[in-house]
Amino acid sequence: MRPVRRHDPAPSRLAYRMHRMWLTPAFWWCLRFGLPMAAVTLLAVWTFATEDRRMAIYAWGQDIKRQLEERPEFVVTLLAVDGASDPVAREIRESLPVHLPVSSFDLDLEALRDVVRDVPAVATAEVHVRAGGVLEVAVTERVPVALWRGPAGLSVLSQDGTVIGRLARRAERADLPLLVGAGAERAVPEAFEVLTAAAPFAARIRGLQRVGERRWDIVLDRGQTVQLPAHEPVLAVERLIALDTAQDLLKRDVSVIDFRNRDRATVRLTDEAVTALRAIRMIETGGSVE
Amino acid sequence: MMMTDLYETQRAMRGMRQAAIQRGVVAILDVGTSKIACLILKFDGEEIDRSEGIGTLRGQSSFRVIGAATTRSRGVELGESCALAETERAIRTAVQAAQKMANVRVDHCIACIAGGQPRSYGLAGAAEIEGDQVTEQDIARVLSASDVPDYGTDREILHAQPVNFAVDHRSGLIDPRGQIGNKLACDLHMLTVDRIVLQNLIYCIKRCDLELAGLASSAYVAGVASLVEDEQELGAACIDMGGGATGISIFIKKHMIYADSVRLGGDHITQDIAKGLQVPITAAERMKTFHGGVVATGMDDRDLIEIGGDTGDWEKDRRTVTRSELIGIMRPRVEEILEDVRASLDAAGFEHLPSQQIVLTGGASQIPGLDTLAPRILGQQVRIGRPLRIQGLPQAATGAAFASAVGLALFAAHPQDEWWDFDISGDRYPARSFRRAVKWLKDNW
Repeated sequence: MRPVRRHDPAPSRLAYRMHRMWLTPAFWWCLRFGLPMAAVTLLAVWTFATEDRRMAIYAWGQDIKRQLEERPEFVVTLLAVDGASDPVAREIRESLPVHLPVSSFDLDLEALRDVVRDVPAVATAEVHVRAGGVLEVAVTERVPVALWRGPAGLSVLSQDGTVIGRLARRAERADLPLLVGAGAERAVPEAFEVLTAAAPFAARIRGLQRVGERRWDIVLDRGQTVQLPAHEPVLAVERLIALDTAQDLLKRDVSVIDFRNRDRATVRLTDEAVTALRAIRMIETGGSVE
Repeated sequence: MMMTDLYETQRAMRGMRQAAIQRGVVAILDVGTSKIACLILKFDGEEIDRSEGIGTLRGQSSFRVIGAATTRSRGVELGESCALAETERAIRTAVQAAQKMANVRVDHCIACIAGGQPRSYGLAGAAEIEGDQVTEQDIARVLSASDVPDYGTDREILHAQPVNFAVDHRSGLIDPRGQIGNKLACDLHMLTVDRIVLQNLIYCIKRCDLELAGLASSAYVAGVASLVEDEQELGAACIDMGGGATGISIFIKKHMIYADSVRLGGDHITQDIAKGLQVPITAAERMKTFHGGVVATGMDDRDLIEIGGDTGDWEKDRRTVTRSELIGIMRPRVEEILEDVRASLDAAGFEHLPSQQIVLTGGASQIPGLDTLAPRILGQQVRIGRPLRIQGLPQAATGAAFASAVGLALFAAHPQDEWWDFDISGDRYPARSFRRAVKWLKDNW
């Protein structure tokens, strides 16, 4: 005999509905994309839910970053300064806040460039990391053109009036002209115009003195002073040269030649000259001396 | 008569059908007595090129069968569901198998009903034409003016197809719109079935999470599938010999004008064999399909058939029967069915049709010898018909047993206009509706 109970080929209501659900495209989509996305989101939320885990993950990330940065490929071991004289280079090296070896990721090249630029003797600066772990600093130096004896002592000036460095004694840079007085550093070009114009008696010039931050005095040896006007001092120098050529004015016993009044130059004699002149006049007029 | 209710439900089903075709997938469900067939149609809207001698295809080129499944029917007798839970399970089996084959989920289904004692009514209506030409509104009015008979409260209208329009004295119009005349008349063919049977079927389908997108009479759709175009045009009857019921539908001018069913079918033949030879139903079914026939010859007397069996009684299980004896059991029942069909055709006045072609289809039409027996009872013009070919239908489902299923597929693709496909008549609107007000404004300005 056959078994009494035969298999029912019909799907149950639940099986039928499940089968229909499986055939639904939206359900498929949910299963293939929605479910994994939900799982990942849930995992992420669970992971970042507590402070401890967040910190641990952050530290882990930082650690990996550090390991990457400290690879030998990225380490800077050498600092090369190009285009600077030794004292300036030394100064740049001292001023750079870099302790080698260092990872190139830790270098803020913009900031380093600003630091180098802030060194007085440097006109322009470029900083970059070269292959082979070299931090290259390419600078162009400011050229010292004059000395300045100012309120802070003896210093070296560049063409634009920047104080490049300090000196203890004038004799260290005897080749540079000396400027004196407050505000002298702001009129360096004008000083050089004057000096260029005064080239015929350059040997006698001791220095230029800024007076009242508006005009120059040329200080010569033998205690002579040429007072130039604030306006067009070069013209005054040329007049002085003309007077000197004609009358040997500078060789004479005068202490001050005053060109401040442009209509008329005034000459002050030395005390001895005044006395001698007065004696001569007395002799001529027959009077007694004192 | 509460016509509006039916109108609304049928319209809703038409809307559902449109939605299903928009979505591109619709299921065909033929709930029969012996088998339940489910086809899944895919509408991809690609009409094949009909330039080279291919006639109108009645829309069947617009779809393709992507899933087909058949299962043994359970809980259905005489084409009517009598054990709802069993029927529901069987429908579920078929639908699931078809879905599995198609690999697509279907939500809409179109079903046909074989039982329910269909009754045909011929309705006539007439109305004056407003204005010169016939408009949609005139058609609506003439349809609503039809004299609907009292068909009983326990019955439901399944089809209500306008089969003929007449303007004044010109009859035989298919589409009267735009015709000029005074009076429009129309003939309507109405088919009712038992309400309980219909509700049971709808209940089973709803229990399978399917939306019903159409209902049709099995006899009608079998005719649509099995009758060729000429037969439908000139007049023919389709006899759908199913398992539990035999459907009859008469077509002329491409319209069904009559439908009936004889509550006898192939299952009754099987039962006769089982009773006559004392064998189980399954063994009887097997003998019927392998050795059955209706015309005995001398050869059949010598053709011994092993009856078989597994009762354990050796003597009983070893019996043999001649094929003549088997034919002797089957033939009276087949004759009875055909005589009932003849009676039904006579009642319908089939002999008055110009052409009296009869097409036998359905599973039971495959009995060998039927083509010699049937003409003796039904008349000379009888042929055994197979349903139309549709794209993608598996070979196993192309036989005559699938005439209803194929017809339903054609019905789904290209349904005939029914009453509810026309505009609703103005005077059928609810008394206080907005559209009634609009109509009043239109009429008075």
